[in-house]
Amino acid sequence: MQKMFDPQTNYQNTRSNIGYVPLRDASQQDYDRIGFMSGLEVHQQLLTSEKLFCRCPAGVFQSDNEYDAEVIRHMRPTLSELGEYDGTALMEFRTRKEIVYKLKNVTTCTYEVDDTPPFPINREALDIAIRISLLCKLNIVGEVHITRKQYLDGSIPTGFQRTAIIGVEGELPLRHKKIRLIQLSIEEDSCREISDIGHVRVYKTDRLGMPLIETVTYPECVNPAEVEETCNYIRFLNRSTGLVRTGMGASRQDVNVSCRGGSRVEIKGVAHARWIPRLTHNEAFRQWALLAIKNILLERYAASSWTVSHTVLDKKQVKVAHIAKKDKIKKRAVAINLPGFAGILSHFLQPGKTFADELANRLKVIACIEKPNMTHSEDFESVLTDEDWMKIRSLLGSNEQDAQVVIFGPEADIKTAIETIEERCRMAFEGVPKETRKALSDGTTIFERVLPGADRMYPDTDSAPIPLSNEYIEKLSTGLPAEIIDRYHQLQTWEAPVDTYTYILKKNLVPVIEKIINDLELSPKFVTAFFGHTLKFVEGHFNRSADFRYEQIYDIFKYLKSSKLGLELARKILPVMYEHPNMDFQSVLMSINYKHCTYAEIVSRIEFLKQRFLGINTSTDPEARANWIMGQIRKLAEGNIDLRELRKALNN
Amino acid sequence: MAEDIFQGYKGAALETLMKYNVRVWGQGEIETTRGKFTGTVLPRAENDDDKHIVLKISTGYNIGIDVDTITDMRETGYKKAVYKIPEKEFPTTPGLPKVKLLGTGGTIASRLDYRTGAVIPAFSPGELYGAVPELATICNLTTEKLFAVFSENMGPEQYKKLAVAIGKEIENGIDGIVIGHGTDTLHHTATALSFMVQNPPVPIVLVGSQRSSDRPSSDAALNLQHATLAAGHGDIAEVMVCMFGPTSDEYGLLHRGTRVRKMHSSYRSTFRTLGDTPLAMVTTKQVTPIKQKYNHRRKDRNVAIKPYFEEKVAMVYYYPNMFPDIIDSLVDNGYRGIIIAGTGLGHVNKPLYPAIERAAKKGIAIYMTVQTLWGYVHMFVYDTGRDLMAKGIIPAANMLPEVAYIKLGWALGQTDDLEEVKRIMLTPISDEITKREPYNGYLVYQGGLPEVEDFIRRYHK
Repeated sequence: MQKMFDPQTNYQNTRSNIGYVPLRDASQQDYDRIGFMSGLEVHQQLLTSEKLFCRCPAGVFQSDNEYDAEVIRHMRPTLSELGEYDGTALMEFRTRKEIVYKLKNVTTCTYEVDDTPPFPINREALDIAIRISLLCKLNIVGEVHITRKQYLDGSIPTGFQRTAIIGVEGELPLRHKKIRLIQLSIEEDSCREISDIGHVRVYKTDRLGMPLIETVTYPECVNPAEVEETCNYIRFLNRSTGLVRTGMGASRQDVNVSCRGGSRVEIKGVAHARWIPRLTHNEAFRQWALLAIKNILLERYAASSWTVSHTVLDKKQVKVAHIAKKDKIKKRAVAINLPGFAGILSHFLQPGKTFADELANRLKVIACIEKPNMTHSEDFESVLTDEDWMKIRSLLGSNEQDAQVVIFGPEADIKTAIETIEERCRMAFEGVPKETRKALSDGTTIFERVLPGADRMYPDTDSAPIPLSNEYIEKLSTGLPAEIIDRYHQLQTWEAPVDTYTYILKKNLVPVIEKIINDLELSPKFVTAFFGHTLKFVEGHFNRSADFRYEQIYDIFKYLKSSKLGLELARKILPVMYEHPNMDFQSVLMSINYKHCTYAEIVSRIEFLKQRFLGINTSTDPEARANWIMGQIRKLAEGNIDLRELRKALNN
Repeated sequence: MAEDIFQGYKGAALETLMKYNVRVWGQGEIETTRGKFTGTVLPRAENDDDKHIVLKISTGYNIGIDVDTITDMRETGYKKAVYKIPEKEFPTTPGLPKVKLLGTGGTIASRLDYRTGAVIPAFSPGELYGAVPELATICNLTTEKLFAVFSENMGPEQYKKLAVAIGKEIENGIDGIVIGHGTDTLHHTATALSFMVQNPPVPIVLVGSQRSSDRPSSDAALNLQHATLAAGHGDIAEVMVCMFGPTSDEYGLLHRGTRVRKMHSSYRSTFRTLGDTPLAMVTTKQVTPIKQKYNHRRKDRNVAIKPYFEEKVAMVYYYPNMFPDIIDSLVDNGYRGIIIAGTGLGHVNKPLYPAIERAAKKGIAIYMTVQTLWGYVHMFVYDTGRDLMAKGIIPAANMLPEVAYIKLGWALGQTDDLEEVKRIMLTPISDEITKREPYNGYLVYQGGLPEVEDFIRRYHK
């Protein structure tokens, strides 16, 4: 008897066939084997009070339901400067989306809704972008040309992002190698998406137009950890200027990944650097799997002779539960035969994801059919019975090497849906489609768009070029912060605990630490640990007042030192200052129950406590007694005398 | 003529290109004191300075290189870009109305002009079909490019040519006419055509766009669909302007040619009917009349074409402290008609009186309109008004200033007889003067008021 095909087993087998290893077990050999290659586009919002091309406030945000007006637009592809239509543009047009913008009066003017041309570029933002470009050792352009970069997803109401190159060809010195930079551009941020259901996509315009820089590296990272390191380097470098925004969404990255023989795939909107290793790892293996699929298919069919056939399913023949529902919109189910795709639909692509998931996601994005939008002959849990599939196979005249997909959705979208399935399957004969993919928190990705090319660039006829003179650039290059790699070395010389590096660099704390060490002559090891451990703990456990500044930690130590108080009091003072930064130190000391006591006063209590210990405890261990007494006096002693001194006195 | 291989470059930048023998569209490698740059040399806009060379780098961005920083440069390749809107033959569908699109310029479909760095219009039916294929489901479209001028350069010459061309199209049996036009003076042309083309049997729709068609969010495609639908299928046989109702991509408005005005320098919904309601709303599916009374489409081919215009007519926007020499200079320069946009109900200050008197005595036709735009001239209310009328100024009721200007030019183009001019001026042809102003003809809502904000929140702007 013929062995029954089991999609789950097929998934497992194909995963091991392509040699997938989980991230934690992967070695450089694994990445070399598949030819892992990755680069980054790091976006960083700049800290300015106004937006880039209009005078709306930057950094004022609205919640999803908070709006004063709505505007509706549709996006239409246009020709690039070189006379080509962009691939993404055409795809987006096919999706026929209605774009709704929710506007809030305070953050939106006529510029955001594309009802007025741009105002002159925000010079404050331009200055910051040039400073950061200089830090990245980029070749600064002679003249800044504002360019329009088409985005037809509606994320920018004009249908393009105004962006301009500040510098090209720079480099970053990582700890073990150099990563080259392609370019750094200044650009306006896009809208934030509220929802995307069916043919309607909703955005809010609060973030739209905020100044942003994008740092683009060459694809020179050869393993996921290196990508993360590069990302952190760029983020720390940006933050070291103190001129960029921090917090949720202020820094985001797109990661470009490919494997040998694969294609450049861009993973969009990676909110955290720590997500990068898993995402890049999975993407490289997804491409490796797609190449395996290509080989299987080409053994079965020549791509040119491959065709699909489909049939509309009659309710009497096969009942698809999803379209039986009473719905205002007329729905339809269509079965499609995919010749030679047996074993492909359930082929492993990413952990928990198969080739069929690629189809379902494209149906959602291109044909605008919400999930569930399909089932297939290799579904782990099909809504159809084996009997149904038998019927479908006979309706389509399928043979054994074929697979079948049943798509269902609004009648109006079915035509695009069939085209979409056919198109994606055809691409499987070629390998890895160039696309942008959305990062999910589990480390996998889903199809977002066709990857746009250089064809979507167009000069902005509404803006004049901005010349950058040598004198202007020289002026901006004074007072630049130290390089991040130098700061790493600085932390090493300070003997800072290794686990504090990331936190200190991320928060750009080196300048204030340096000031404390130099001015107050405190131990570097103590100060770095105080920032990297105590401050980090406080940040995680207390509510920060809007007025709190890291520079106030300098004030704390300065006060303690000049008042001849013990530095360990800072641990207690910090949480109070963090929540009430405007309190004077006297009051802070009172609030932590500090009392001034002399050495003699404190030591004089020891004898009394020794007696008391005898009364309440039977242990004869002198260590236990000392610990108990320390505990009793600690509160009083802290800030007044060094606890080590106290211990010494106890042991005498 | 030899091809210009240094398009747009001049001065130091041109010298640099020539020195290193690098052409426009040449792939260049440029060594500078700021590092190395590679890319394709692009043409330079004429009005930009002569100190930079424009380069398109491989990522698609353009950058400028300061020629003073260039230490070496060489051409490693050459690839000229040919910018062309895909052209497809416009399909003919039996049963659909025949619509003619007359082109005057403007940004319905456009492409980049490297000379000026701005966009220039593309126009053939094939190009339009390539850009807006939906048009083929609305009508059978043919096009004729009458001239290619920017809106601000449209004038009497063009009004007359347009009127004649429209007459010919009507005679040839067209079902509707669309005129593509830049938006700045769209309402001037609409007014002129309202007088020059009287009682047409088919719709004549003027259309433009506020965002050029080289932008994905352009209003051009939708405006064109609205306009061709109104021209081919609509029942309103008048000269109309068709532009966005709200700024959202929802519906257009058909405005009567004599009551419409561009009211915002950049908004999509910039055209508004003043002192009345628009004629109709229009979508890609249908025309929905707002006004009850309008001229209906007819089967006959009767139309009166009156292409006249006297160019020596001026419009004076009055301001406090205006000196009489403004009026005097017009008189001395041979002007035959003056439209004054006066304050309030139609006033100017006293020092102007002698100049006005002098002008009137010289046989110059002077008409008063209001710079408030809404409302009628009422010159009997104050002595000032009565004085002015006594000196020879004729109140032009609720004609918009620009409309009165066009009408006076048109009237003086037909006759020297000032009484006849007055008769023409004050006899409404196409609602340029209305007997009454409906209360909802003046609605300038004030943002910030709770009820207005509530309204804006509920209806798409």
